[in-house]
Amino acid sequence: MIEPVINSVLTLSGIGLVSGLGLGIAAKKFAVFVDPRVLAIEQVLPSANCGACGFAGCHNFAESVVTGKADVSGCLVGKDAVAQKVAAVMGIEAKTGQFMVARLLCQGDDCKAERKYHYLGIQDCKAASLLAGGDKACAYGCLGLGSCVGVCPVNAISLNGNGLVKVDEAKCIGCKKCTLVCPRKVIQMVPAAQEVTVLCNSVDKGPVVKKNCQIGCIGCALCKKACPVEGAIVVENFLARINPQLCDRCKKCVAKCPTHAII
Amino acid sequence: MLDYVLMVIGAILVNNILLARFLGNCPFIGCSQQIESAIGMGLAVIFVLTLAGALTWLVNAYILLPLGIGYLQTIAFILVIAALVQFVEMVIQKTSPGLYQALGIYLPLITTNCCVLGVALINVNEGYNFLQALIFSASSAAGFAFALFIFAGMRERLAFSAVPKPFQGIPIALITAGLLSLAFFGFAGMIK
Repeated sequence: MIEPVINSVLTLSGIGLVSGLGLGIAAKKFAVFVDPRVLAIEQVLPSANCGACGFAGCHNFAESVVTGKADVSGCLVGKDAVAQKVAAVMGIEAKTGQFMVARLLCQGDDCKAERKYHYLGIQDCKAASLLAGGDKACAYGCLGLGSCVGVCPVNAISLNGNGLVKVDEAKCIGCKKCTLVCPRKVIQMVPAAQEVTVLCNSVDKGPVVKKNCQIGCIGCALCKKACPVEGAIVVENFLARINPQLCDRCKKCVAKCPTHAII
Repeated sequence: MLDYVLMVIGAILVNNILLARFLGNCPFIGCSQQIESAIGMGLAVIFVLTLAGALTWLVNAYILLPLGIGYLQTIAFILVIAALVQFVEMVIQKTSPGLYQALGIYLPLITTNCCVLGVALINVNEGYNFLQALIFSASSAAGFAFALFIFAGMRERLAFSAVPKPFQGIPIALITAGLLSLAFFGFAGMIK
């Protein structure tokens, strides 16, 4: 009576035991040598397997780093912190500060920027920009309806509730999707290490900017005069731009700017 | 000899494992986007199914039947197939990295593929001897690869055609699979 039960239990556990042992032995015997650096790099990577580096996954990226096909700072999600760890595994220096993040080049929120009309249509920047170029009086400023919020894969962009969007640069992975969807091209890629930026995108003449927005760049070039580094600030089309390679972060321009457009 | 020829034709065309027995439909939809990956999957299935068919027949004939516990076929076969696929994966990874890269993700997927288990069970239920079981497994797998290859070719064409919006993607693939199955239905009854 009990015999079939014993038989079946023993047989199944026997098959399981034999295949388990066989697999164990096979794992030893057929072990493939994996470069320990690949495993070490895989440990410091985010393991998101997002593919932003251009490889099939974190494992593939780690392999490519070890074989020299990929740069140690290739992980866009991990940025400088991960790049340094990967570089430490490889025993080399990582170039930092070359990651690009999205930054909103506009500070004209509802308190500071004028509006041409009151927009009540579909809450989408593209739709709004179809209607007489958008409700903002400034033709270059952020419409603040958040088309970029929807396309951001890591939820780094949010509405600030005051007619602008806010980019959390720590979360930004540099995918550029927001810069492509923005009808006004006011959200742009800048080096993450760039501290001082002219947060205005308007190439209107000074008086026009001043009429439309309290905090826009009027192209007065005071910042250029205050800047101790030759050529670090260029004023073109009534808009100042800071060259991140030359900027020494003295922030004299920030103090000098009459409209506080530089931060 | 004629018996074996008929068995091969029967397994590939008449009782096609995918289109007449409806086993292994997950990779049929999942791995048929491109002809290249369909061929990879097809080859992996041929390889694994032939080995698994032989091994499960041996397990059934020399372990399960003598002990009178033939009713444990399903669970024992699952165990054997899973272990076999793992083992094959290790061996290939060591001996032939090129083939390992080519088969890649498909090998582990086959572990849980129902057509492998299905063929192993058919082998036993039909009372095949070892040689018959081996040939039936190999030709069933060839039928799987054949159907997958045809279907992938059709889906590559479908990708460029104007499909009405509600049918785009999986729906039109399922309709195509149904029509392909109907076409293979024309072989039904050719060989009993």
